[in-house]
Amino acid sequence: MSVWNWLALGGAAVVALAVVAEARRRALSGPRGRRFFRHPTAMPGTFVLAFFVTIAVAAPAVAPYPPYYQIDVVHPDQPPSVRFPLGTDPLSRDVWSRLAYGARISLGIGTLAMVVAVTLGAAVGAVAGYFRGSVDAALMRVVDVALAMPRIFVLLMAVALWEHLPLWVLVLLIGLTGWFGTSRLVRAEVLSLREREFVSAARALGARSGHIIFRHVLPNAAAPIIVSAALGIGNVMLLEAGLSFLGMGVPSPAPSWGNMIADGLPKMAVAPWSATFPGLAISLVVMALNAIGDALRDALDPRRETA
Amino acid sequence: MTPAALVQVEGLVKHFPGERRWFGLGRPRSVVRAVDGVSFAIPAGSTLGLVGESGCGKSTTGRAMLRLIEPDRGRVTIDGQDVLALGARELRALRRRMQIVFQDPYGSLNPRMTVRQTLVEPLAIHRIAIGREAERRIAALLEEVGLDPAFEGSYPHELSGGQRQRVGIARALSVEPQVLVLDEPVSALDVSVQAQVLNLLADLQARRRLTYLFIAHDLAVVKHIADQVAVMYLGKIVEHAPAPALYAGPRHPYTASLLSAVPVPDPTAQRQRIVLSGDVPSPAHPPAGCPFHPRCPHPKKNDRCRTEAPALREVTPDQRVACHFAEEPLQPS
Amino acid sequence: MTEPLLRVRDLKTYFVTEQGRGTARAVDGVSFEVQPGETLGIVGESGCGKTVTSLSILRLIPEPPGHVRPGSFIEFEGRNLLTLEPRELRAIRGNEIAMIFQEPMTSLNPVFTVGDQIAEAAIVHQGLGRAAARARAIEMLRLVGIPDPDERVDHYPHQMSGGMRQRVMIAMALVCRPKLLIADEPTTALDVTIQAQILELLDRLQAELGMAVMLITHDLGVVAGSADRVVVMYAGQVVEQAPTPELFARPLHPYTEGLLASVPRLDAPPAGARAGGRLHSIPGQVPAATAWPSGCRFHPRCPYAWDRCRAEEPPLLDAAGTGGTGPGSHTVRCWLLTEPRRRTPAPRP
Repeated sequence: MSVWNWLALGGAAVVALAVVAEARRRALSGPRGRRFFRHPTAMPGTFVLAFFVTIAVAAPAVAPYPPYYQIDVVHPDQPPSVRFPLGTDPLSRDVWSRLAYGARISLGIGTLAMVVAVTLGAAVGAVAGYFRGSVDAALMRVVDVALAMPRIFVLLMAVALWEHLPLWVLVLLIGLTGWFGTSRLVRAEVLSLREREFVSAARALGARSGHIIFRHVLPNAAAPIIVSAALGIGNVMLLEAGLSFLGMGVPSPAPSWGNMIADGLPKMAVAPWSATFPGLAISLVVMALNAIGDALRDALDPRRETA
Repeated sequence: MTPAALVQVEGLVKHFPGERRWFGLGRPRSVVRAVDGVSFAIPAGSTLGLVGESGCGKSTTGRAMLRLIEPDRGRVTIDGQDVLALGARELRALRRRMQIVFQDPYGSLNPRMTVRQTLVEPLAIHRIAIGREAERRIAALLEEVGLDPAFEGSYPHELSGGQRQRVGIARALSVEPQVLVLDEPVSALDVSVQAQVLNLLADLQARRRLTYLFIAHDLAVVKHIADQVAVMYLGKIVEHAPAPALYAGPRHPYTASLLSAVPVPDPTAQRQRIVLSGDVPSPAHPPAGCPFHPRCPHPKKNDRCRTEAPALREVTPDQRVACHFAEEPLQPS
Repeated sequence: MTEPLLRVRDLKTYFVTEQGRGTARAVDGVSFEVQPGETLGIVGESGCGKTVTSLSILRLIPEPPGHVRPGSFIEFEGRNLLTLEPRELRAIRGNEIAMIFQEPMTSLNPVFTVGDQIAEAAIVHQGLGRAAARARAIEMLRLVGIPDPDERVDHYPHQMSGGMRQRVMIAMALVCRPKLLIADEPTTALDVTIQAQILELLDRLQAELGMAVMLITHDLGVVAGSADRVVVMYAGQVVEQAPTPELFARPLHPYTEGLLASVPRLDAPPAGARAGGRLHSIPGQVPAATAWPSGCRFHPRCPYAWDRCRAEEPPLLDAAGTGGTGPGSHTVRCWLLTEPRRRTPAPRP
């Protein structure tokens, strides 16, 4: 790793700190932001997330090698050193470089799949809750059945049936199997919101159902959606890691934190670093996302709004 | 009633099914008769006060008129137009003629919309005005309801109860309706603010020649604003009369006891309070015969009351009462 | 004069607001007394501090964000409630001072029968056994006029109507025969016919049990019918205090005057609005507790206000000299008492 890489890494940390400081400065002007940052783990959580996102974005600058680059055959399983800060893996690739590029894939899959899941969940939940009756009954029975199926097996089956799965299909599949919980949450929220008088007022004004759902109902149900999205990203990342670890997710040699663990596992006894560091990265990011989700829950709780 | 009536309601019925058997797919266990054959007419530019205790069906009546709740049976006409027969498109047009103001000034405004956004919405829905013209109209509306235009950018939680209620009124007025259903518009407000809003409603009616259905539980408030009063009990109108006649000489024992139960802010007033025993029965299981008979303090109450429901009939030229003994005046309270 | 049962002196209860920037002075120097056996009405609009006052007496203010300021003084039968140990305080709560709340739905525990809930206080404070406590609960239900008390004692709150629940609340409060009952808007959530029942019940029970009642309400009609004396609160302060007939006959504070004039009345001439008559209304809004106006807190809304009202906060002045009542019985926080000639007919909006 060269001086420039170290500088870039330092730069990434500074950027992450700056992001946190700026977010805090802005947040403190409103009661919600103040509640967010009052949560003890909100600051470290935001910092960790900002740090990894910066590294993912700046991967070419902070990583000394391309992620697929096998340095040479005499350098497998090198322990961490100045040249290889996190060591090298059994295929003599630089773990740090793969970790940095892997952040792109792991965070990207997590975010995209969650966007798919939350959009679907919010749409289904809003429709079920707003129209009630048989629409609601039908949709919720589907959700009941879907929630009863173990998600990882559904995914494994789909992946096993489809050889050479493109990454975007994997993202889509994870998203498509992840919206059930969100839809229940949103439905419950919408059921109570639709009884509020401002919804009746909008109906009395002649507004169409779509307009009412998008303008009056969903914005007021945003809090639980955002919280479940924040917590959900972490879940999706774990799922992706699990799939990749089983060899069913992101295919080698593309680096994802999950398949990095899989690659390093056979040499766990002699070269623990190549499996440990990606594992550590997953744990850190998932914990950070949970912390942020918790803090968001506190911040967005409407019961605290009037206090 | 007079043919000049702008709003006419005939035999309005709304029954809510109770809990259903078989996981929500079977027959309902019981039926709540929220509104059970309500008829009245409101002449243009006047106010009908619809009074009753909670659960009597007065709010459901107001909402069924606007088809916010679909009534089961009956006829609602505004200016001769049959409201219940309208398709979706004509219903939207109807919304411009008939509007509603709600009780709860906290719940009736979208907490995430500013005053301006709340008022722009109806103008946009009905393509009444956009851009600068919309701005001009909003400013005029705010002035009309007595709200400083500086509040345009405020969110509901930044306003007091009275200010919020003024926004609710401005929103209803924005489409220039002829009829306003006022569903307990001052019940949630403090006394001093309540008076401000009542005065505002009276001014607006005079200026815009509005027709009001004023739903309330407070007979004193209704006395102040209504031309006619209809008293509801368990989904039915039990007495309907011009306000002066009803307040001076109620003929239904329920009206009389409601009037006597209102606390009067005068410690020297020597009033004979008729305190009703018991609670209002559940509208899912209304008593047989006259629905009021289990609580009725009338001295002549007899077996006929327990078996035969009295019809709402004209007792004096203007006064319609549903009581077997309505011909004899009650003791004035 | 007899020794008062409850004496509140200069009570100040402040709240730190959510923003952490301001202090809401919800109750700001309130003093009054409750005599044994009397009904004191405390009247005011939302935000005037009447509920915080009542919660402060039983030290039920959540701390933080609230706190009772040093220098406040609440004396019940010679004991300062603000300095009592928690154990001593518990012996008073629900036993010598009881409280009933506005919302009978949420004030009862849904998972216990009403009998259990009524008996609880008797078991805790008087050490009654199960059987005796149950008998007491049935007796209390009968006292508050619930039909079939032997059967009702085993019912759960959700099986009862709103009026019934309020009766159960009253039974719970009275089970230990308290000397003082604090009733915070006991009838606001109820329909008029049920309200009449409950008010009559409270009147009867007070006569039977000889307790004092602090009746907190926003409804001037309710105090007119039930209270012996009335305290009017505005912006965290007492602005007027007088015997009930005196207050309604001769309201001296412009706020009391305005409040009385703005109530729509059944005994007014009919169809006021139609006849061109308008309700009197007090202009403006109740100020926020974080920023009470300077000087007299009512001056921005007062039709008589002059320079002195804007600059100088009036103390409670004795109005006895101007009327027919004894000294100290009618007090008013208004400079008009020093310059009565300024009470010219004010321009009515």
